[in-house]
Amino acid sequence: MQCPKCRAPMQTYNRNGVQIEQCNGCRGIFLDYGELEALTRLESQWAQQVPPAAPPAAPAPAPAPQAYPAPQQPAWGAPHPGHGHHGHYRQKSFGRMLFSS
Amino acid sequence: MSSSVARALTATVRAAAHGPHAECTCPARPTVLADRDDGTVVRDGATVAKAHAPDTDRTELAARLAVAAHPALAGVLLAPLDLPAAELDGRQVTFWPHGTPVDADAPQEAPWEEAAALLARLHATPVEALPGSLPAMRGPHKAALAVARMRRTGPPEQVAAVVERAWSALPPWARAESTAPGPARLCHGDLHLGQLVRHPAPHGPWLLIDVDDLGLGDPAWDLARPAAWFAAGLLAPEEWLRFIGSYAAAAGPAVPLDADPWPVLDVPARALTVQTAALAVAKATAARRELDEVELALLDACDRMASVPPQLPAEAAK
Repeated sequence: MQCPKCRAPMQTYNRNGVQIEQCNGCRGIFLDYGELEALTRLESQWAQQVPPAAPPAAPAPAPAPQAYPAPQQPAWGAPHPGHGHHGHYRQKSFGRMLFSS
Repeated sequence: MSSSVARALTATVRAAAHGPHAECTCPARPTVLADRDDGTVVRDGATVAKAHAPDTDRTELAARLAVAAHPALAGVLLAPLDLPAAELDGRQVTFWPHGTPVDADAPQEAPWEEAAALLARLHATPVEALPGSLPAMRGPHKAALAVARMRRTGPPEQVAAVVERAWSALPPWARAESTAPGPARLCHGDLHLGQLVRHPAPHGPWLLIDVDDLGLGDPAWDLARPAAWFAAGLLAPEEWLRFIGSYAAAAGPAVPLDADPWPVLDVPARALTVQTAALAVAKATAARRELDEVELALLDACDRMASVPPQLPAEAAK
């Protein structure tokens, strides 16, 4: 296809299963319907797979979090794992919360 | 330190477990398992007695007990013991077999899969098969009670405003102001990890306990507390996936098959987030302390909700 901005030809690239068109002239990128969302999803999955502050030279890696697909969550959900709260049962307060109304 | 109710209930459970005149030869003394305004629970050996909240509706509790005792719920709900009804200072007392609870010191071993499968079976129970006329599930009512409790403690204005904003954005049914849309199903009404026991103790299958809030309503409510913990960033994605994945695998009817569950979870999960945040604010205010990190995570979730209007589930999703 032709770039809508500079009219130069656009080339198709595949990024993690998402087709994106890039202009050979101005380097602008064209996304089809739903592709931006697909990329955003991939980005959040990728972010989730990065272990938060893993020790640089851990001898035996823990079971890979990649074994789980990234779960969907609401628009108001906390950034996982950025906040670093989750899974922290050692926090007494959350331990109690799990068992109360 | 136990309340007078707990002490009186201890005598009641002794009598129920051994008969009024029997000499007790139990190795262990009765234990107070819970002692709160909304229920006092005492265990004596294999027998557990619960004194329900003073304002418990008699007819509704009877209907809920009948469901727990009904064969359709065998293997899902713990059935009450067949002992004569008792009363203590105007509080109704029910008797149950003892079961082994989830170890509160090892929540990482929580039976998320089993909990989800039990809920799927509970929700799939044909309502026509159940005895009597069932009351409404009390989930939304409890959310409203939590907000009312927060208001009574007189919390800092800025903190209360965050909770109130999230609360007022909820549709009326989620605030217990009207009935839930969609087909009503049998719901537990107050799911958390304290609502599961193994019976027979200690290695029997997991069962759901505590029918005080059980009734007809939106089954997504029963999934919404773990959903709220996950959305607040407290529950790890792995655990949330184990729970919601097992529910879907067991063909639980609250969420659509092979599709994003959040359109149906959104409103109940918001409500449970508000409820939990409101209780946290109430407790912190009463104790004159700051909110801790976990409580702040819930308040943050309330704050984020304000900028995103609640999702309206498509009719087809139900």
